[in-house]
Amino acid sequence: MATTLPKTNVVIIGCGAAGGVAALPLAQAGIEVIGLEAGSWVTTPDMAPDELRLSRGAWPPGVQKVNREIPTVRPNPSSPVTRGNDHPMMNAVGGTSVHYWGQSWRLNPWDFKVASETRRRYGASRIPMGSTVEDWPFGLEELGPYYEKVEYEVGISGKAGNIKGTLDPRGNIFEGSRQREYPMPPLRSTGYTEKMAAAARALQWHPFPGPAAITSRPYEGRSACVYHGYCSGAGCHVNAKSSTAVSTIPKAQKTRRFKIVTEAHVTAIVAGNDGRVSGVNYLKDGTEYFQPADAVLLATYTYENVRTLLLSKSAAYPNGLSNNHGQVGRHYFSHNQGGAVSALFPFNLNNWYGTPSQGVAVDNWADDNFDHAGLDFIGGGMMWVYSERRPIGAVNALQGWLQGRPNWGSAWKAFVKENADRTNTAYLQKSTLPYEDNYLDLDPEVKDPLGYPVIRITAEYKENERKIAAFIQDKMEQWYREAGAVGIQRAAIGGAMGVSTHAYGGTRMGDNAETNVLNRWGFSHEAPNLGVLGASVMGTSGSRNPTLTVQALAWRTAEYLAKNWKTVAG
Amino acid sequence: MSDSISRRELLKAAGIAGAAAIVRAEAFPPAIEPAQAPETLTSSEYETVQAIFSRIVPSDENGPGAIEAQAARYIDRAMGGALASIRPAYSAGIAAVDAYARASMGASFARLSATDQDAVLTDMQENRATGFMPDSESFFNLVRAHAIQGTFSDPFYGGNAGFTGWDLIGYPGVRTAVSANQQRMDVKVTPNHRSAYDFGMFSKGEL
Ligand SMILES: Cc1cc2nc3c(=O)[nH]c(=O)nc-3n(C[C@H](O)[C@H](O)[C@H](O)COP(=O)(O)OP(=O)(O)OC[C@H]3O[C@@H](n4cnc5c(N)ncnc54)[C@H](O)[C@@H]3O)c2cc1C
Ligand code: SF4
Repeated sequence: MATTLPKTNVVIIGCGAAGGVAALPLAQAGIEVIGLEAGSWVTTPDMAPDELRLSRGAWPPGVQKVNREIPTVRPNPSSPVTRGNDHPMMNAVGGTSVHYWGQSWRLNPWDFKVASETRRRYGASRIPMGSTVEDWPFGLEELGPYYEKVEYEVGISGKAGNIKGTLDPRGNIFEGSRQREYPMPPLRSTGYTEKMAAAARALQWHPFPGPAAITSRPYEGRSACVYHGYCSGAGCHVNAKSSTAVSTIPKAQKTRRFKIVTEAHVTAIVAGNDGRVSGVNYLKDGTEYFQPADAVLLATYTYENVRTLLLSKSAAYPNGLSNNHGQVGRHYFSHNQGGAVSALFPFNLNNWYGTPSQGVAVDNWADDNFDHAGLDFIGGGMMWVYSERRPIGAVNALQGWLQGRPNWGSAWKAFVKENADRTNTAYLQKSTLPYEDNYLDLDPEVKDPLGYPVIRITAEYKENERKIAAFIQDKMEQWYREAGAVGIQRAAIGGAMGVSTHAYGGTRMGDNAETNVLNRWGFSHEAPNLGVLGASVMGTSGSRNPTLTVQALAWRTAEYLAKNWKTVAG
Repeated sequence: MSDSISRRELLKAAGIAGAAAIVRAEAFPPAIEPAQAPETLTSSEYETVQAIFSRIVPSDENGPGAIEAQAARYIDRAMGGALASIRPAYSAGIAAVDAYARASMGASFARLSATDQDAVLTDMQENRATGFMPDSESFFNLVRAHAIQGTFSDPFYGGNAGFTGWDLIGYPGVRTAVSANQQRMDVKVTPNHRSAYDFGMFSKGEL
């Protein structure tokens, strides 16, 4: 039997990008919080700039729980499932924010109102068939103050493009209005990003440096980024990357009201017959504990959020916690980030250093920033190029440029010598929608080592996503050619929605309890003292990375709990 | 974290070893090191692997290749460490290369002319060579990946000796800080010839 621990006010399950933010407003409000985190602390000695180690599965360090529960994938119910053998999310204090890229975007205004804006501007028939897209229960104006809060508490660098309606072309002129500048200036440009920015300007586009959870100058006692080139999928040796492990978590710990239990694997959330949750079960060092709490916030990333709910069955919730309307796992989508475009230049780019956040963006063809009247899709993509290259990666990136010539021997070696620093691959993030027949559930056969089923993804990119991808590939080719590229390659578009680092939906937020698991504050429509944090709450993706939005929402949900303690938790 | 003490200890140890490593790295002769006894592979396996690697990344008019980089030393160490689990399959693969070389060309791989060696490797890559588990193309791809790792990975792992691999492609080296000037397009950054573990602040990976 599980050992029952003393009760606490709030349990946060998972101390990653989302949970690590939510702890702060709660602890500051005088609420006792326990964070149950499957991973442990990672620190500077773990963060060697060592390409082989990073690519060998030796990073993230330690035995990674995510790799024991990798979801299975099938494009549709009539296809067999496949399963990969590693998953890039992280189990550690700070979660994946320890080794993510740190691009930290606010969504554009349109992303909150895709359904109504599409109907208004182009007519209802333009909403893709089978899509279950809804407007968010609120607009960007509602989230603005929380974005700002998180930008300052986490530490984001960037250049505003719209302060109180005044546009500034040094930033993103397509962003929604904000109240204040970023707390730090943007990361510096490089020779290559300046070249790309000039090419974008020549095309009459609006290039700008993207916002990053990376310090561009010393911030709150952390040193500035040193652009050392081992940033992607790697931890920061100087704490310049604003993971929650070095920003909001230590601040919350300072209040002495936030305690983290590391290597604590939560297996279920317990609910009573009244439908309220009473605490969580977890395993640590082989022992099972029950941690009672007044309220529970689930923040274990999309797949584990959905899995934990579906596995937490009780008399009140026979089909899984908060699933009496059958919405858990619905409205799932993986961000449409595939279909990359690569370029070969006839000169060296000197891209050996930097970080994937040190780049230049073009937002002209994202979201609804351009007229879709004559087009046959809605949404768009943001284009991003950046500086970071490592030696083995540089050699391997040339594989695609050999065009049938041998990939070994003297001729290959000469090619590698000449071109190692001449390729570049753009990062193209595109708006993605939820559909009726794209969903997550529990795999009926595949289980983790504890015997619990893993998540099964049944989802594929639909016509709208494929059309955006082709459209953006054209724009990206145009941009690269303008900058002098002599060769262009395009990756394939579409297919199954695989296990993603940007996985949305599954516990969607909205006013209608028939189509959404969570209310507008991120609390369950069914179990009132259960909140969920992460991109699983989001119903649209926009054309940019999710984490800042996830963190703004996490702050908002936590603040709501603190301010409405009696109603929600009492 | 339960092992924070041991991590701190490691850091200290790495600091000392790191300082020693800097001296060693800078004194490293760029030329071929004298032959040494392999640590994990048999001498004959080592000889075959080295011969394969030297055809994948040859030493030629474009500069040193896998031999000078001591890529074979990398895989020899890895087979006793991080890649130990594939050691039996690796031995079987190497034996299959020699068996196929003998059957098709009349001598073990390392004894063949460069042209015949290339013919054997081409047969492997095109999946025509027999006697491999599961097939020769898979083994070729594996060995090719190892030749690249051994030539271009951090010298800590035993390959990329004298930073010959990084110099070949113009990678200016591991740095813990990079200046704005070092990111300009009109600047060619001078290689610093440092390993990640020369900096002393990182715990070491498994070889
Ligand atoms: C290489 C890479 C680059 C990325 N770059 C960007 C970027 O530039 N910008 C961006 O916005 N996003 C980026 N992302 C995505 C970003 O990492 C995620 O959006 C973000 O981390 C999600 O936050 P989260 O809190 O939901 O999940 P995580 O940050 O993954 O945190 C989840 C936490 O829950 C813990 N946990 C899981 N299961 C359990 C359990 N059963 N019990 C207890 N604890 C548990 C985990 O150990 C983890 O600490 C990137 C991701 C990767 C992998
Ligand atoms: S590039 Fe900057 S933020 Fe990234 S790991 Fe290096 S120092 Fe840290």
